[in-house]
Formats: sequence, structure tokens, C-alpha cells
Amino acid sequence: MILIHCPYCDEKRPEIEFANAGQAHVARPLDPSSQSDEEWEAYLFIRANPRGRHHERWRHVHGCGRFFNAVRDTVTDKFETTYKAGEPRR
Amino acid sequence: MSGYRLENGGRIDRSRPVEFSFDGNPYQGFAGDTLASALLANGISLFGRSFKYHRPRGIMAAGSEEPNALISVDRGAGRFTPNLRATGVEIHAGLNAFSQNRWPSLKRDFGAINDRLGMFFPAGFYNKTFMWPRSFWEKLYEPAIRKMAGLGDAPTQEDPDIYASTYAHCDLLIVGAGPAGIDAALEAMGSNKRIILIDEQDELGGGALADPALWPWLERSRKALIDAPNVTILTRTTAFGYYHDNFIGAVQRLTDHMPNNSDSPREKLWRVRAGEVVLAQGAIERPLVFDGNDTPGVMLSSAAKVFANRFGVAVGTSVALMTAHDSGWHDVFALVKAGVGIKAVIDVRTELSSALLDEASRLGINVYLNHSVTGVNGRHRVTSIQICNNDDFVGARIDCDTLLMAGGWTPSVHLWSHSKGSLAWRDDIGAYVPDQPNENARCVGACSGGWDFGSGMIVDVLPTPKDQSRIKAFVDFQNDVTAKDIKLAVREGFRSIEHIKRYTTNGMATDQGKTSNLNGLQIASTALAKPVTDIGLTSFRPPYTPQTFGALAAHAKGALFQPTRTTNIDGWAAENGAVFELVAQWRRARYFPKMGEDMHAAVNRECVAVRSSVGIFDASTLGKIEVVGPDAAEFLNRMYTNPWKALEPGRCRYGLLLKEDGFITDDGVSARLAPDRFHLTTTTGGAARVLNMMEDYLQTEWPDLDVWLTSTTEQYAVIALQGPNARKLLEPLVEGIDLSADAFPHMAIREGTICGIPTRLFRVSFTGELGFEINVPTAYGRAVWEHLMAEGAKFDITPYGTEAMHVLRAEKGFIIVGQDTDGTITPFDAGLDWAAGKKKPDFVGKRSMARPDIVAPGRKQLVGLLTDDPNVVLEEGAQIVADPRQPIPMTMIGHVTSSYWSETLGRSIAFALVAGGHEMMGGMLYIPMPGKTHEAKVSGMVFYDAEGARLHV
Repeated sequence: MILIHCPYCDEKRPEIEFANAGQAHVARPLDPSSQSDEEWEAYLFIRANPRGRHHERWRHVHGCGRFFNAVRDTVTDKFETTYKAGEPRR
Repeated sequence: MSGYRLENGGRIDRSRPVEFSFDGNPYQGFAGDTLASALLANGISLFGRSFKYHRPRGIMAAGSEEPNALISVDRGAGRFTPNLRATGVEIHAGLNAFSQNRWPSLKRDFGAINDRLGMFFPAGFYNKTFMWPRSFWEKLYEPAIRKMAGLGDAPTQEDPDIYASTYAHCDLLIVGAGPAGIDAALEAMGSNKRIILIDEQDELGGGALADPALWPWLERSRKALIDAPNVTILTRTTAFGYYHDNFIGAVQRLTDHMPNNSDSPREKLWRVRAGEVVLAQGAIERPLVFDGNDTPGVMLSSAAKVFANRFGVAVGTSVALMTAHDSGWHDVFALVKAGVGIKAVIDVRTELSSALLDEASRLGINVYLNHSVTGVNGRHRVTSIQICNNDDFVGARIDCDTLLMAGGWTPSVHLWSHSKGSLAWRDDIGAYVPDQPNENARCVGACSGGWDFGSGMIVDVLPTPKDQSRIKAFVDFQNDVTAKDIKLAVREGFRSIEHIKRYTTNGMATDQGKTSNLNGLQIASTALAKPVTDIGLTSFRPPYTPQTFGALAAHAKGALFQPTRTTNIDGWAAENGAVFELVAQWRRARYFPKMGEDMHAAVNRECVAVRSSVGIFDASTLGKIEVVGPDAAEFLNRMYTNPWKALEPGRCRYGLLLKEDGFITDDGVSARLAPDRFHLTTTTGGAARVLNMMEDYLQTEWPDLDVWLTSTTEQYAVIALQGPNARKLLEPLVEGIDLSADAFPHMAIREGTICGIPTRLFRVSFTGELGFEINVPTAYGRAVWEHLMAEGAKFDITPYGTEAMHVLRAEKGFIIVGQDTDGTITPFDAGLDWAAGKKKPDFVGKRSMARPDIVAPGRKQLVGLLTDDPNVVLEEGAQIVADPRQPIPMTMIGHVTSSYWSETLGRSIAFALVAGGHEMMGGMLYIPMPGKTHEAKVSGMVFYDAEGARLHV
């Protein structure tokens, strides 16, 4: 069972306390109504599926409840880093 | 001629005889014996029948790598354990063990015909042969093959044993308590590290248990470790898997070695998080591959030493050794010392150390260098062996009852590989050894590839003058894979060991190829004329040895599998005969049958009571979220489809929640208590999902909004009081709230007290009747409920369950998200477009409602269905077609989502999702069912009181 560092609690906790919340840094457009069908499709459905470094959102759902971002290697399943929501992409 | 108990030696307690049974026959062993050693001492050499060919098999190894001697242990009803290795079962009084995969008996087994037909059962045989006709596979071929080819019988009764589980943390975890593991523990003992030492055997020592010279050291070390306060010793414990971040799963066997079934846990699952892991798993001796190498009496040379020195058992009266490694010679010297008669040593090599040859000569052992065993005589036991010179194939026959094999050593890198540590190939030992770690871990002792028992030569198949395609030289003993099968796989084009493995099943048995993987790899390497490293290595996966489901499940079974959530009123429902159903994790009353009533009758009565007087319903399971803060209204306005900013405090609104893709995910009535405070309700099953979704938007998309979300589902008991007499019943009990129609209209909320208890009183209705939902602090739920029941007697108040609730809401055309929607339904599809605020610039899902696929015609839309025959209640889930006369397979255009008998209307009603349904009003659709095709007219969804006259009173 992986240990994940929650950047808000500043503790490594077992993965069962966390829930994955999909790809990170996919910002909701500020004015969805101005989006073309193609732009909206890209926002809704098109996601990266990298082999290696992947930016993901996680929620410390059975802890502090905060959403945060993480860089995880999809090959080794190792977390490279985690950081608070709103911080720049690492 | 066979095994027997030596006069002296071993770690068994000869003063404590133990009676046990095998295949119904009584035997005697000593305390400290395994089933294998005790039966060998009793002269037993036949332990089972092989998987595919039903060949007689005996003991090959002395430890958990044993592939042949799989047995079942019967400890009474529900306590039947198949596929245990006889080498790992400790005998105790009353042990009741059985051989497997034989009929009618171990000695006379009909299945052995497979062995005679062996040439017809090559690798891939089943895949190739039983292809046609296809329909025969499930009904005929597979059951027949499963019956023939099998391991032990699966238990059929529920396991009455209990299993424990625990988490543990330590600085240092050592797996394996042989000399290397013990040394690691002794070395770390003086520090203040918390140390856990795990070993699968019943006592510490590993390989040292078979080396009497080490016993004084072992005893000193054992005492030191037991006395050390920072060392936890777990024996009879198998570390079965190594997971991320030094998380190790281990199962401790607590009671199986004891005579009686006890009330204490049978096994205990340990989940250990370790700072550092030291793996001292040792190495496993490799069999040699030659014709007849599976005959009972052929075994690993190291095993013979273990049986002699640890258990005081001679594995035979005249023993020969076939070796490619120095270790075999040392084993034989130890056997001579223990009093076992050695007939000959045959070494495939031409040159080896003179020290070994001198010692053999001193002990008077016949030595054959540059020779190989080319055949084994005897069916249920070795009677003699055939040997040949490797160069000229000049042979000889040697009479013996036991043949030992010493093919070199394979480091046990199982857990290392689980941890994703890398491996490096070593040509000199013909094996993979640990290379770079992936966790904070290291290997010590033989599992790291280091040992002091000499060197050897790597051979894939022993030289033989025989036709290689006609011999049975086994590689995987448990899955009956021969060298010939692996060569066939290569001939048929398989190149990767991963494919060869799956085609031949080499290494895929319950032992995961502990004794077969490396031999299989060598044979494939030779056949492909490629180095082993080009062919790859199959992955080891947990568990190291098979573990019981009981241990893995531990307490998580029955009522403890997952929690059952109950409301404060649940106890009343149980005492009053409710029939329950599970909704998400909640236990809800489905209906309250009176004497002699079935569900149908009870639900009809409950529905009529609500429509004619008053019904009472436990709605406590509704999800509730308190939304508080200056931006609360703005937040809800962005989340829900409806407008929220203009909602006045004291009023309620039906909220429809979409996902960003435009599909309905939840709904519920919510109330504004104050400008900055809302009381949201969600569906029973959607509460956690909705809160998570709202937190997501609040935290990550709109962190500028000043809003707090709190789950209050369990803070309130909710009692729905529904029916024309609801106000009359409620009025005298409520203080601080004017219940009159003008002061407290439909879709309003007031705060006050009921029976003296603070309440948030909603005037809402999911039934279409005048209705109230009384929210009180959870602890008071039952008290208020009982008071209402007592006061309501004069109105013949009737408790109703979820089933009546479903019927009542369907009569009014109210949907249930998740039943009438399926995650692909838009507000327009559901006929709820009135709830989607068209003037709002944005809300979650709004943009998607304009996507091309969402506005395209032909989408499935929710409609009402009225069957032509009013007495027919359609099956929920039934498929709908437009034309019943079309050829089969028909085009299905939708399905029934809700369907009930409405006692109030005296007919059946239904909802359905139908492609283009909104355009079909008044048209006929057809529902083909077994025996009859039903006709139904498409209608609106509101079947009762469409104008809402009953609500606004």
C-alpha cells in the first residue's frame, strides 16, 4: 500500500485515506458558453495517458478533505512529489 | 524397501509419540515431525497423483517448495483444507490427512490411463483438441477435464473458524530466520530498532535445523533474540507479499498444529510497515531433468539431509545421488554420518575437487564421473536406475530405492521481485540474483546468491541416448510439464518465456515454479540457441505460498463486511415488523406487513392510507449538506441548474444537479434558512458523491468563494408526514410555527419546536399530498416518531416504507435519480428542462447541454407508459420495441425504468426511457416478454392530480 504525502497535513499516510480525482491542471474555462464545441470537448473528455510522469489530483478524503496535486510515475507507481492546489505545475 | 526412522538424531521428541491418520489408515510419528517426515518414517513413498497424467508421486523436497505431495486436511465440518504441502503440515494427535486427485484410491487410480496416453497430451493439447464443436466446451469438455485434472476438492461448507488481523510497524523487518536472517537480527539487536523476525517454519533456524553442528549456536542465538525486548519473533508465519513502501503481508498460522479446534483465531494476518526490509529467504535446490525424475523415491538431495538430520528419517535403505553440484556430495557425506546407506554418486561433471573425491573414497562410496541417470525403474517406488557415460553412452544398472538429485541452487528472490527490485543473471550459478533495490531493502545469505556449499555445472536436460520425444523428463512437477513440452512450444514459434510459460503452463501451478522456472528457462534457452537473458524471466507475484481466503478476509465478513447504517427510528421499524431493504449502506423499512399480508397487499394499504388520511415515513437517510457563508447562494447558483439567488429565506426549491457533461447526477429539495445559510438535501445514495463534487468545485475552481460545506446527514432524523390529515395531526404538537396554508405554503421551511424538540420543519411532498418533513436532532427521532404514532391513532396513521414511497412518487411523475436516469440523461431527456435556468449565464453542465450529441434527435427520453391491459405490471428493465412483427433480433428502442401497481388509480403505471419518446405521446409501444408481447400507450408522467390541487391546501 502506497504512502502518500498530503501537502496540507504534511504527513505521509496510507493510500486508503486518499481518492484519485483525475488529471491535474485541467482548469474549467472561465466562460464555458464562449467555448466552441471542439474546445469544450477537449476540456471535458481529452486527457493525457502518459507512460511515466503524470500530474494528478488527489483528495485526502478520509483526512483533511483537501484536494491537492501530485506527480506520479505511471510505470513505477511512485509519487515524485505532491503540492497544494493552486501552486504552479511541477 | 523404503524410508525408515533412524536410531538416533533429529530434533523430534522421541518421548512423545503422536497418532495420526492418512487416507484413513492410522500411523505414528513423533512430536516435531511433519506429515512428510512421519509418513516417510513409516515407509510411505506414494503421496499423490500428478495433475495431468495421474502419475504416482512422492516427496521431492522438505520445505514449502514441495510440488508433489499436496494433501488435504480435514478438521471437521467446514474445516477442510485442500492443497497443503505434506512437508509443511505439523503432525498432531488426531490429524486427519488425505491424498488428492486419485480415484478410487491412491494405489489404484483410474486416471492413470492418462499417463499411457501421454503422447496425446502435449502442451496446448486442450486448446487444440477441444475447440470443436464450440458448444461442447462448457457443458462437456470442461467439466470432464476439471474432474480428471485437479488438485484437492474445494471446501463446500462455510468456514466456522475465526481469523484475526493486525497492523504492525517496525524499523527492521527480517524475512527468513535461517543463519543469515538470525545474523541480521543479532547484529541489529543491540540498537534501539524495533525488529520483527518472520519465519514460515515452526522454529527458528532454517537450513541450520538440518546441520547439528550449528545447533549450539542456534540455541544461543534463539535465547538472545527471545530475551531482546526490541525483537518480535513470528514463527509459523509466511511473508506472502511485498507491497509498495515496505508494506509486507504475512499470515501467521496459530492453531492448525494443535490437536483440537479452538475458539481462538486460526490464523492472523499481519500488515507490516517496515523502515527497512532484510530478505533472508534462502535458496531452493533445483531438480535435474531426466527420464523418470518424478518417480516416488527421486528427491532433492538437500531434502534427504533435512529428513535425516532434522527429523531422524532415512529416506531410503540404499540411496544413489545424481549431481551436477558440489552440494550433493556434502549432503551424501552428511547422510553417511547420519547412518543412511549410500549406494553410488553419479556426477555429470568430469572434473571436480579432489577433496570431495577423497572423502567419497574414504567413505567407500562408488563414484561415476561424467555419467548421467537415463532411466528410473519402478512405478510406485524406485527399484533401480539406469546410468550412462555421457560420451559413449555405455551404461550400467544400479539397484537402489532412492535417487537424490542435486542440480544446483536458485536464490529465492520472490519477495525481492514483488518489491520490483531488479535482478541480474549470473552464469556461474545459472540463476538470477538481486541487483538494484526499489525499496529500502537488501538481501542477505543464499537468496543474495552467496553460499558456501561449493559450485556446480548448469545442465538443462541430462545427456541421454534415448529418443528425446519419447521420454518423460519433468520440469514442472506440479503442472506435469516436461522438457519435451517446452521444446514443442519453441518449435511452434513461442519466443518469450512469458508466452512459453502460458502455453506449457510451466511455473503456473500453486508453487509458482519454485523448482521449475530456472530449468524451464535453461531448456528454452538451449532450444532457441539464445542466452537466457534474451528470453526474459517470468514475474513472481504474491502470494509466496497459497494463503487462505479466511486469513485475507479476517474480520471483514458477514455483518462486518461493510457497516450497515441505521436511523434512530430503525429500532421501532424492526419491533413493528418492517421488512427491510438495503439502500446504499442504509437499512430502510420497505413495507410494514400486517398479519397475513404479502408485500403487494401491504403496499396497497399503505398507499391508500397516505392518499386518504395520513402516512408516516422515515426519511432520515436523505443526504443533507449545510451550506454556509456569504457566497452560499452564489455557489449553489453555479452548482445547480436552477436559480438560487432570488430564493427568499424560509422558502425551498427543487434542485437539479448535473455533472459537467450535462447529465443528471442528483436532485433534492433544499431550503434557504437565512441569507447565508442553506439546508440541502440529496438522494440517499448520492450524499457522499455530491459533497465530494461540491468540495471539488469549491476548493479547486472557485476558491475565492467564501462558503463552508458540512455533511449533516447523520445530525437529523427526518420524519415525513404525508396525507390530507397531516396538518391536523401536526398542529397541536408544534410551537412557534403557524401551520396555516397562507403562513406556511408548500415549499417552505420554518424553525420551531415539535413536542418541545427544536425542529426544521419543511412543507414538502414527495407523494403529491399535503406533506411535512420534520427534521429533529437524530437522538430525538424515535421519540418524536412514537409521539406522532400515538397522536395519529385518531387518524389511523399508517407507517409506510420505501416501496409505497416509490409508488406514490411515480403516481405524481417524480423521478428517482439512478433508477429513472442512468448517467446519460439530460434535464431535457427527463422532462425537467423547466428546472434548468435558461437565463443563468453558467452552471455546472450548462455548456454541455448545447453539445451536438445532446441536442441531436433520437435521444432516449423519459415518458409514461400505460399498458393496454391495466392489470399488467411491466417488468422493470423490460426492453421496448416499436414494431412487434419485425424479425428477430428486434431493434430495441428503450426500456422500462419504473413500474408499479397503483391501487389509487386501479391500474398499472410505468416510466420508460424511449428513443425520441417525447414525440410519441399517445402512440403505442410493445414490450415483448416470454409468452406474451404487451402493448402500452406512451403518456405523460403525471398520473395523479396533475393540477396539484391536493398539494396546495
